[in-house]
Amino acid sequence: MTEPGREVIRIRGLNKRFGSTHAVIDVDLDIRRGEVLALMGANGAGKSTLIKILCGVHPADSGTMEIDGEAVDFRSPIEACEAGIHTVHQIINDGVVQQLTVAENLALDEICRPEGPMLLSRTAITARAREIQAILGLDLPLGRAMSELGQAERQLVAIARALSHDPKVLILDEPTSSLSEAEAARLFVLIEDLRARGVAIVYISHRMSDIRRLADRAVVMRDGRTRAEFARPLDFDGIVHAMVGHRVSEGTRAAVSGGRTVVEIRDFALTPTSAPFDLDLREGEVVVLTGLIGAGKTEFAECLFGTATPHAGSVTIDGKPLSAASPQHAIAQGVFMAHEDRGNSSLVSEFSVLHNMTLPFLRHFSKLSLVVPDQERRAATGQVGDLAIKCASIDVPIGSLSGGNQQKVVLGRWLIQPCRLLILDEPFQGVDIGARQDIGRRLRETAAGRATLVICADLEEATEIADRIVVMRDFSVVGGHSIDGLSLDALVAEISGAGTHATFA
Amino acid sequence: MSTQSPNPAAPVGAAQAGASKSAFTVKDFVIKFGLLIILAVMIIIFWRLEPAFANARNMFSILQAVSVTALLALGVTVTLAIAGFDLSIGSTAAMSLMASSYVMVILNQGTVLAVIVCLLLGAFIGFLNGVLIVKGRIPDLLATLGMMFLLLGLQLIPTGGRSIAKGMTLSDGSAATGSFTDTFLALGRYRLFDLVPLPVIIMLVAAVILWVFMERSRYGRVLYAIGGNEKATRLAGAPVERYKIAAYMISGLFASIGGILLAARVGRGDVTSGSSLLLDSVAAALIGYAVLGAKKPNVFGTAIGALFVGTLLNGLTMLNAPYYAQDFVKGLVLVFALLFTFGFASSQRR
Repeated sequence: MTEPGREVIRIRGLNKRFGSTHAVIDVDLDIRRGEVLALMGANGAGKSTLIKILCGVHPADSGTMEIDGEAVDFRSPIEACEAGIHTVHQIINDGVVQQLTVAENLALDEICRPEGPMLLSRTAITARAREIQAILGLDLPLGRAMSELGQAERQLVAIARALSHDPKVLILDEPTSSLSEAEAARLFVLIEDLRARGVAIVYISHRMSDIRRLADRAVVMRDGRTRAEFARPLDFDGIVHAMVGHRVSEGTRAAVSGGRTVVEIRDFALTPTSAPFDLDLREGEVVVLTGLIGAGKTEFAECLFGTATPHAGSVTIDGKPLSAASPQHAIAQGVFMAHEDRGNSSLVSEFSVLHNMTLPFLRHFSKLSLVVPDQERRAATGQVGDLAIKCASIDVPIGSLSGGNQQKVVLGRWLIQPCRLLILDEPFQGVDIGARQDIGRRLRETAAGRATLVICADLEEATEIADRIVVMRDFSVVGGHSIDGLSLDALVAEISGAGTHATFA
Repeated sequence: MSTQSPNPAAPVGAAQAGASKSAFTVKDFVIKFGLLIILAVMIIIFWRLEPAFANARNMFSILQAVSVTALLALGVTVTLAIAGFDLSIGSTAAMSLMASSYVMVILNQGTVLAVIVCLLLGAFIGFLNGVLIVKGRIPDLLATLGMMFLLLGLQLIPTGGRSIAKGMTLSDGSAATGSFTDTFLALGRYRLFDLVPLPVIIMLVAAVILWVFMERSRYGRVLYAIGGNEKATRLAGAPVERYKIAAYMISGLFASIGGILLAARVGRGDVTSGSSLLLDSVAAALIGYAVLGAKKPNVFGTAIGALFVGTLLNGLTMLNAPYYAQDFVKGLVLVFALLFTFGFASSQRR
C-alpha cells in the first residue's frame, strides 16, 4: 500500500492529432491516490480524447505516461485494464448487457475470460457476483434482468464490475447525466467511500453541483490544453472563467440595438419547476444565448422550432402567435434552426454539398415538382461564394469537406431563404478559427431583416458575434447584457450562479 | 470521415488518393461499368453458343419474363431508398392476381373494375405497411414480413384455398359464371407490332415515370434524404412520416401492377404463381446498386438488375442447364454484385 496523495499516474507532454484537429496538446496531468480529480471543459475541449488515451482506446502521438513510476504505452483497452485503469463510460448501456441478469453482468468478465471454463455453472456465477457486490456493499437483485433495473442501479453494476478488478484508477465519464437526484446521492456516497479506500478517481462532469460535492482538485481543459488547475477550496467562478471565457476582450465593438421586435416570449416556463421568463428578440440584432451545459438552452430553442413543447408561456412572431408543432410548421412560419451536432442533425452524408444545402427549400427550386437544376445550382453557388466555402465543386460529397466548411454549408442552407428568426445551436463546435470568423461575419452581414439567436457556451465565441448576451441557468433566463460595456465578471457570476446556493444541473 | 494519422503508411495512401483523383483508374472503371460489361459479354456468349438466343423474338421474351419481376423490384427500390424494406411485395402481387381473378370469374365483373380493385388494394396494403412502421413503430422488416404472411393466408380465404379458373365450382355447389375478359388477358399477352409484349411497354413506362420521380423530382430527393439521415431530413422541415407511408404505397402499387400482368399472362387465379417473385425482385434491386457504381438503390440499376437476372436464366434454359441450378446461379450473381458495391468500393476509400 502506498500512501494517499501519491501520484498513481503521471502524464507528461501528451499530444494527439486527428487529421487537421489537434485534439490534445502538450498535456501534463497527475492523478493521485485517494483523490477525486474533476476534469472539466466545454464540448470539444479534449477531455474525451485524453480519457481515451488513458484507457487505451487511442494511442498518443507523443508524450509519456507512467503508472507508479513505470512507463506504459497501451495498445488496447485490455492493457489499460490490466494496468489497473478502469472506465465507466457516459453511455452506461454500452457497459452492461441488457438481456442478461444482474449476476451475469457482474460476473461478465469472468464469463468472457478466454481461458475460463467452457460450461458455466449458475452457482459459480452467482457466487462470483456476490463477491463483487460485497466489495461495494451493494444488495442488487441478482436474478433480475438488467433491463428491469433503474439507471442508477445499472450505473452501480457497471461501477461494481470495474471495481471487481481492484482498480488503481477509476474514470467516471458523466456518471450523473441520466440519474435522478436521489440516485446521484447514492453514487456520491459510493465515490466518497472509494476515495477513502485510496482509489484515484477521475470525474468528468459538467454539473457544478457534482463538482462542489466531490472534487478535491479540478483541472480545466480548453482547446486541447490543460488551462488551469484548482485545489480546494475550489473557486467556481475561476473554473467557469477558465472553461468558457479566458480570452474574452470586453467591449470591443458597438452593439446594434436592433429594430422592431420580431419575437416576443412571455411567461415562458420550460419545466413545471423552472422560473418563468420573458424575452424579446429584435430585427437586425444578434442575440447569443449562453450558459453551462444542461442550463436549458437547447431545450428552449427546440420549443421555438417545434420539436419540444414548453410547460407554459406564449411566443409571438411579428405579433402573431407562433404555433409550431413540428419543424415543418416552424419553417413555414419563418423560424429556421441549425442544430448542434451537424453530422447527426443536419447533414445527409451520402449527399453532395449542393443537395445538402438546398434540402429544406426544394419547393422553391421546383417547377411542377421537378427540381430545376439551374436555379438550385445558382442558389448553392451563391452561398458557397458568400461564405467562402472551400470545396472542389458543389457536387462533391459533403464528407470530403472539413468540419468548418461543413458547418458553413449548414449555415448556407438556412440563408438561402429569408426568415424571421434564425436559431443556430453551437455553430462553432469543431470549427477552426478561420471558418468561425467567416461564419460570424456572414451572420452579421445578413442579420438585417430578421432576429438571430445563437446558442453558444463559449464566451469568447459569444462576444465575437453578439450584440446582446442572454444567460440561462436552471432552465430559465437569468440575465441579459449588451455587448457595450460588458462586464465579464458579472456575466461569469450569472452563468455559474455564484452568490446563490442553488445547485444547477 | 477518414482521419489521416501521421503513421508511416500515410504517404502511400496519399499517393493512391492523388492518383485516383487525377486519372480514371481501372478499379473505378470496373466499379462503374463492370456489371454492364458482364451483361454484354453474357449476351455475346449465349448468342455464340445458341444463335437463336439473339433473335428479336427471344430478346422480347426475356423482357416479358422479367417485366413482372422488374415492376416489383422498382417498387422495392423506393422503400430501399428510404432505408426501409418491403418483404410483402411478392404476396401483394399474388393478392392482386387472386383479386383480379375473383372480381372477373366469381363476381362476373369487367376489366376496368378488376384493375381498379387491384391497384386500390395494392396501395392500401402499402398504406397499412407504412402505418405499421411509422405509427406502430414496428421495424420495417418485421412489419412487412407480418404483412407477407397475412396476405399469403388472406388470398386463400375467399376461395377456400383453391385456384380460381373459369367454370370452377363455388362453395354453394354452383359453377362460376364469369371468366377472364379478353381485354384483361391482352394486358399480359398482346404484342405490339406482333413483337413487343404489352407488359414490357407497361414496365418501361412505369420505370421511366419512377426514374423521373426519384431522380428529378423534389419528392425523390427527400426520399433519398430520409434514407441517408432521417433526423436531419425531419429537422429540415420534411413531413418524414408521410413520405415513408407514401414510399410503401408506391411499393404496394407497383407490386399490384405486377400481379395484374401476371394474372393476365397466366389466365387463371393460380395460388402458387407469385412464389418466387419476392426473392427475384429483391435480387434485381440489390444488383442495381452495382450498376454505374451507384452504391445506392436506383431505378435504372434496378431495371438493369432485372434484365441481368432474366438474361442469365433465359440463356441457361436455352443451353439446357437444369432448372434447379437457377437459384444457385442467381445467388452467385447477387453475392458478386454486392461485393462490387460494398467490398471493392470500401477498399477504394482511404
